[in-house]
Amino acid sequence: MSFLPKPRLHHPELATNAVGLTRRDYEGAISTLCAGCGHDSISAAIVRACFDLSLPPHRIAKLSGIGCSSKTPTYFLGAAHGFNSVHGRMPSVLTGANLANRDLIYLGVSGDGDSASIGLGQFAHAVRRGVNMVYIVENNGVYGLTKGQFSATSDRGARSKKGVANTDAAIDLVGLALQLGATFVARSFSGDKTQLVPLIRAALQHPGAAFIDCISPCVQFNNHEGSTKSFDYVREHNEAVNRLDFITGRDEITAEYAPGDVEVVRQHDGSLLSLRKLAADYDPHDRTAALAYLQERSAAGEIVTGLLYVDPEPEELHTHLNTVAAPLNSLDEAALCPGAAALDRLNAALR
Amino acid sequence: MTGTARINDFVVRFANVNGSGSASANQLFARAILRMGVPATPRNIFPSNIQGLPTWYEVRVSEAGHLGARGGTDLMVAMNPQTWDQDVGAIVPGGYLFYDSTRPARRLRDDITVLGMPLTELCNAQYEDPRQRQIFKNIMYVGALSALLSIEAGVVEQLIAEQFRAKEKLIAANVHALRLGRTQALERFACPIGLRVQRAAAVGDRIFIDGNSAAALGAVYGGATVAAWYPITPSTSLAEAFARYCKRYRTEPETGRARYAIVQAEDELASIGMVIGAGWNGARAFTATSGPGISLMQEFLGLAYFAEIPAVIFDVQRAGPSTGMPTRTQQCDVTACAYASHGDTRHVLLFPEDPRECFEFGALAFDLADRLQTPVFVLLDLDIGMNERLCAPFAWDDARRMDRGKVMTAAALEAGREFGRYLDVDHDGIPYRTLPGTHPVRGAYFTRGTSRDEYARYTEDGAAYQRNMERLLRKFATAKQHVPRPLRRDAAEGAQFGAIYYGSTAPAMDEAASLLAARGTAIDLLRVRAFPFHDDVAAFIAEHDRVFVVEQNRDGQLRTLLINECEIDPAKLIRVVHYDGTPITARFIADAIGTSAEAAKIVPLRKAAP
Ligand SMILES: Cc1ncc(C[n+]2csc(CCOP(=O)(O)OP(=O)(O)O)c2C)c(N)n1
Ligand code: SF4
Ligand SMILES: [Mg+2]
Repeated sequence: MSFLPKPRLHHPELATNAVGLTRRDYEGAISTLCAGCGHDSISAAIVRACFDLSLPPHRIAKLSGIGCSSKTPTYFLGAAHGFNSVHGRMPSVLTGANLANRDLIYLGVSGDGDSASIGLGQFAHAVRRGVNMVYIVENNGVYGLTKGQFSATSDRGARSKKGVANTDAAIDLVGLALQLGATFVARSFSGDKTQLVPLIRAALQHPGAAFIDCISPCVQFNNHEGSTKSFDYVREHNEAVNRLDFITGRDEITAEYAPGDVEVVRQHDGSLLSLRKLAADYDPHDRTAALAYLQERSAAGEIVTGLLYVDPEPEELHTHLNTVAAPLNSLDEAALCPGAAALDRLNAALR
Repeated sequence: MTGTARINDFVVRFANVNGSGSASANQLFARAILRMGVPATPRNIFPSNIQGLPTWYEVRVSEAGHLGARGGTDLMVAMNPQTWDQDVGAIVPGGYLFYDSTRPARRLRDDITVLGMPLTELCNAQYEDPRQRQIFKNIMYVGALSALLSIEAGVVEQLIAEQFRAKEKLIAANVHALRLGRTQALERFACPIGLRVQRAAAVGDRIFIDGNSAAALGAVYGGATVAAWYPITPSTSLAEAFARYCKRYRTEPETGRARYAIVQAEDELASIGMVIGAGWNGARAFTATSGPGISLMQEFLGLAYFAEIPAVIFDVQRAGPSTGMPTRTQQCDVTACAYASHGDTRHVLLFPEDPRECFEFGALAFDLADRLQTPVFVLLDLDIGMNERLCAPFAWDDARRMDRGKVMTAAALEAGREFGRYLDVDHDGIPYRTLPGTHPVRGAYFTRGTSRDEYARYTEDGAAYQRNMERLLRKFATAKQHVPRPLRRDAAEGAQFGAIYYGSTAPAMDEAASLLAARGTAIDLLRVRAFPFHDDVAAFIAEHDRVFVVEQNRDGQLRTLLINECEIDPAKLIRVVHYDGTPITARFIADAIGTSAEAAKIVPLRKAAP
């Protein structure tokens, strides 16, 4: 099926951002997902976050694997290059793209099947390498595109639409990301835009491996009674540890919260994150405690959301590789080719 | 008995224990012969093991310049008791055995000359440290051999001095061990023996290097900036050499920072994924692997073909299938690479014959990948990849520029040039691409492995799908004009037979042709250097009654490709295959072709047809 581009009628009231663009300029083609699919809300949140940050859309590269979730990059940021790669392998393609040009923003979008089942290895390795990216898993606990089989994030005991119980233990990508050294780890819910948009904004500003596990109900195959990824279930069991208000370096901090409730985190680039605490003693800078907390709450049947961990001084792959400041794809012959004289010297040494 | 006399034409084989430090001593031996102007071709025969198992190093000395393996051993340097029987048995009648006589020899032949020297005993008397005893024992036998084969001592000492540069102590210690071995041999034996190295001028300005290093250097010269790889014999040293050369040539002088990125990936899927991501984003990227890696990369290779993304894959082939014989050579990934992935695909393959072509094709592959926007495979094998080989010196033209192919620039987009990612504007099947981040509002498109129209819009329209698949065929036809042409060498008089061969088979084939000519069988040669096949290939086949396709795999993979791609009658192409994991020899080829040609001469094919 081919579809029509969205009419680009600019509503006179549509506000422009710092780079003179409207929200519409951040949108993509019309979604072909099921009406009400959680993934569409995430696309909308991405549009919103990029608009808010006044990012030039063409400086973002959006990459995905295969699945309903992986289709979504077509539905946002139409002015950005996109790459719908192969199932479970987006992380490697993103890593390579990032190596080629460190100056773009890399947004990886994946599904729970794509990242936790077939692609668990690539997910893990991209995270542990510290690739500078935003990696969003649109987690619905099922394979949407192949019609509702359990994925590796399905909880043990969760029931499929046909009533079959899942007997395998669930993989918690947040726990893995924490363990593997991601420097920004969050969980959110596609149904909670006020929580999700600031998290995406903060992740986009984070100069390291930023991971967001976003629970995103599949209305077609996993939104029934007995599912642990349905809208109702997630709303009931959602336990947000904090609320994030992203504040750029230029802005004043609005002291709207009671003192002690707000923590301001200064990021490496000077931008500030203001975190409103909801769980009294949750510390988002303590990786080990975060892991323990997650496991404890998970055992109690709760889904912990919010900014779970952030390292204000992250390192990334390019730092480790000590690559030059200029993008590798911009280097010319003079920078790359040692030339004939060097070759003659080498020849002489090989005789 | 008196041994065979041969000057500058014999084979020496060293039987060692893996991990005993013999490699550098053996290399010293080969280099000394080269320095005397006599071509010498070493080959490592090693197990899939780190320490303890047998390993051999074979040096073919050939003033005539035959660089292929010959078969048979004229002088065995038997340093491994484990393989004693096998090693003694491998010596040709009239040949020589040199061994460590510290322990009495077990079984000896009476048709060979036996030269025993108590190396261990001599060494133990000299050195206390066990490691020194081991290392210097190796240098000592090189000294002994220099006397036995009349290799100039000064040449070997000079090489030692160069190897250890300013480290005077090391130089002195090594020279001491060398002289000890030499003196002992001169005292014990009538030196030289029948096998002799005599100064000649047959090396010229040629260089001596392994194919993997040469290919890696080609990647540096070709402008590769991203390498992603997963260790696998026999390709590992290619990635390692790239790292070494990059450090030397690609470090930004002002900052000390790297103008390259090398990632050791978690597996070959990730390696090729990274290469594709980097290629999509405009960096020249490659991976180095071997057969098992190629198997893992299949799905991604189909994506790169269909989504049209430049990628370079160095496949250093080893004997398959599965883990096969991981340290033995074969040319067995030809069809797997040519048609890699599900669905209808065809990939560009390059077949370098030696390190010189590994360098050349190593650089060229990046131009081709960019020009054709598709994966390009450089098919080495263990024989050329991991062995040092004499070859023409590397050459580079400083005026040469990278061919980045059809990349539409921001200026062109700004000027309003029409952009359709899969639009065949030049009728050569090659569309324009844009790189991410080029222009604020123009030129962005979505890359995918699913079908799409000329403007990269997703579609399931069968006609659009077919148009695209047909265009990919046109592109492949265009590739014919860009890849290295086959090289033809005709026999002096009109030949009834032809032989097609490629890659590391070349030196053995060249030598076989002269063996055959001496036996009265004239044969025209065509060395295929790339796939898609140039029209010259089909023309060559058409001109001959029969064409032998000589290769190193069981199934005649290039022959299959020729039959399939050039629509040749299979009866016309005769399979000459060698696939036991050892490098193919001239004798093998000459015998196989000779027998078949004799039979065919009696009943020529044309006349036999009803
Ligand atoms: C190698 C391979 N195997 C299987 C498939 C079929 N397949 C397509 S999408 C998918 C699952 C996607 O699940 P998920 O990532 O959770 O995405 P969702 O559709 O749920 O958003 C599968 C198994 C494929 N495309 N490639
Ligand atoms: S099947 Fe599920 S995941 Fe896929 S589009 Fe429909 S609701 Fe969304
Ligand atoms: Mg899913």
